[in-house]
Amino acid sequence: MRNIKARVIYNNRVSAGFYGMSIRSAYLAENTRPGQFFEVKCPDGSGTFLRRPLGAHRIHKDGVEMLYEVVGKGTAALSGMKAGQELDIIGPLGNGFKIDRTKDKNSEAILVAGGIGVAPLVALAEALAARKERKIQVFIGAKTKSHILCEKEFKKFGCEARVSTEDGSKGTKGFITEKMDVYLSAKRYPLNAKIYACGPDGMLKAVAGIAEKYGMQCQISMEERMACGVGVCLGCPVKTKGALGYKMVCKDGPVFDTREIAW
Amino acid sequence: MNLEVSIGKLKLFNPVMVASGTFGKEYGKFFDINLLGAYVAKTVTLKARIGNPPPRVTETFAGMLNSIGLENKGVDDFIENKLQELSGLKIPIVASVAGDNENEYAALCKKLDGCRKVRAIELNLSCPNVRHGERIGLIAQDEKAVYGIVKKARGSTDKTLIAKLSPNVTDITVIALAAERAGCDAVSLINTFPALAVDTQTFRPMLGNVIGGLSGPAIKPIALKMVRDVCNKVRIPVVGIGGITDYKDALEFMICGATAFQVGTANFINPEAPIEILKEIKSYLKRKNIESIKKIIGSLEI
Ligand SMILES: Cc1cc2nc3c(=O)[nH]c(=O)nc-3n(C[C@H](O)[C@H](O)[C@H](O)COP(=O)(O)OP(=O)(O)OC[C@H]3O[C@@H](n4cnc5c(N)ncnc54)[C@H](O)[C@@H]3O)c2cc1C
Ligand SMILES: Cc1cc2nc3c(=O)[nH]c(=O)nc-3n(C[C@H](O)[C@H](O)[C@H](O)COP(=O)(O)O)c2cc1C
Ligand code: FES
Repeated sequence: MRNIKARVIYNNRVSAGFYGMSIRSAYLAENTRPGQFFEVKCPDGSGTFLRRPLGAHRIHKDGVEMLYEVVGKGTAALSGMKAGQELDIIGPLGNGFKIDRTKDKNSEAILVAGGIGVAPLVALAEALAARKERKIQVFIGAKTKSHILCEKEFKKFGCEARVSTEDGSKGTKGFITEKMDVYLSAKRYPLNAKIYACGPDGMLKAVAGIAEKYGMQCQISMEERMACGVGVCLGCPVKTKGALGYKMVCKDGPVFDTREIAW
Repeated sequence: MNLEVSIGKLKLFNPVMVASGTFGKEYGKFFDINLLGAYVAKTVTLKARIGNPPPRVTETFAGMLNSIGLENKGVDDFIENKLQELSGLKIPIVASVAGDNENEYAALCKKLDGCRKVRAIELNLSCPNVRHGERIGLIAQDEKAVYGIVKKARGSTDKTLIAKLSPNVTDITVIALAAERAGCDAVSLINTFPALAVDTQTFRPMLGNVIGGLSGPAIKPIALKMVRDVCNKVRIPVVGIGGITDYKDALEFMICGATAFQVGTANFINPEAPIEILKEIKSYLKRKNIESIKKIIGSLEI
């Protein structure tokens, strides 16, 4: 990890309230793995104090890209940044998704995204596609049509994408976890399929339950409010089944095996 | 140029310390920690503590609240494991301890007294996020308790003892004087202010523990005034803490009488803050043609 001042290459609105920011940094491009994140300092005048954690959405040749939703003053200030401006960023942070080194011919990957939770899963899909994962099935769920992001990107990597919205404005109406459950039960998916998920806590809990039901390994990327982002302040705990109870999302995570989590 | 200062038996190459709970070996990836004056470790207790439920941190205007609740694996783990991880450090390591009563503080000091790597002990008497047994309020709010704890700790170790005080008192000088009378080598101040933040969307407090401790630039002017008040009363060295973000903040504390200072919350925003402060103090002294940092200490003109 390093503290870097990186130039913004572009910062585009991708949908109402969602932005993609790409920054130039050979160091981050080389050292960031899918599932890792950054601690970003919002520009002066944003009125924020702490840095904001944002996941690695794409890992490019010359830098990295973040996909973010404007939910408060920090992300609002970030959305106003222009190409050429400097972003103060610490990273890469956290553990990232575990991608098996040994290639299993029968392995299949199931990616489940809730809302802005798609952000880190695109980098993951790209990495899985690059190692020729036999099949990558993506489930994208969101509140409404305009919040369904990255369908095209996933398809570009050869993934199959299925969509649901809570209001039914796109795809199936309902929660994405229901769609996933129906799909898995009909499919009799191979047991060595692996699930990777990112989204709101409620969704992650549901995904963990489904993974347990089908006996599948499942990694989830979790969120907690953060201060340091590097494991020193003990500010971002998640309750685990381990001996001392809490692990830190920023250092031990953000990606956890669902079997570890004490919901 | 001479940056050396002393706190009790402790000689520091420079007055830059880092505050308990806000720093760790991870920051060694950003700069060489051995360039600092001293390293203060996270507070440990006799037995492991699980800490408070999340959320544990939240942002406020020019600061933050935390309710970590002294999560730690206990003093034995600190001695066996944490100190090993810090074996690369050549600068003094200050251990920080907290307990429910005199006996616990004494036991903690006794255990640490045998550790060669620990050069000083900071008695955290002022964490707003834990309850101490039956006690209502903080130890550092109770002059008698402070005297008793420091006295007993003094009897348990020859290492430099620093009492860390809370700002949440009527008159902090009374507490500082009690610590001095009981044989402390120095006092450090301030710890965080008990505070609250509320979410208007959910009608709930922002922190799982409801209240937390306020730190950061928001508390600096109050900390500075308290440091000056205490410096005017005690003879022992005072370590200034509270919202120090740049070299000017640090110098303000020294001008008001602090012998050394600790950088806390600023580390989270700028992991290089302590080393930048050190470099800029050096250039400041050079610019001003000041030979020794000691000339700065207590140089406030009124
Ligand atoms: C490891 C990690 C990776 C993340 N990756 C992304 C990402 O790729 N894209 C993205 O859009 N967001 C991501 N987030 C969430 C993002 O950090 C928050 O949305 C952001 O901090 C909000 O800042 P703000 O100043 O705009 O909002 P604030 O004014 O601080 O808060 C507005 C709202 O956002 C919520 N919020 C604030 N901080 C967090 C947080 N740390 N986690 C969850 N919710 C929060 C608050 O509850 C509040 O309702 C990630 C969070 C973590 C912990
Ligand atoms: C996240 C966090 C954890 C802390 N943990 C401790 C601790 O374990 N022991 C202690 O004595 N002080 C602890 N403190 C208080 C700091 O050491 C310091 O006294 C306080 O934050 C004020 O300084 P600052 O404004 O520079 O942060 C903690 C502060 C923060 C923000
Ligand atoms: S944010 Fe500080 S430990 Fe995770």
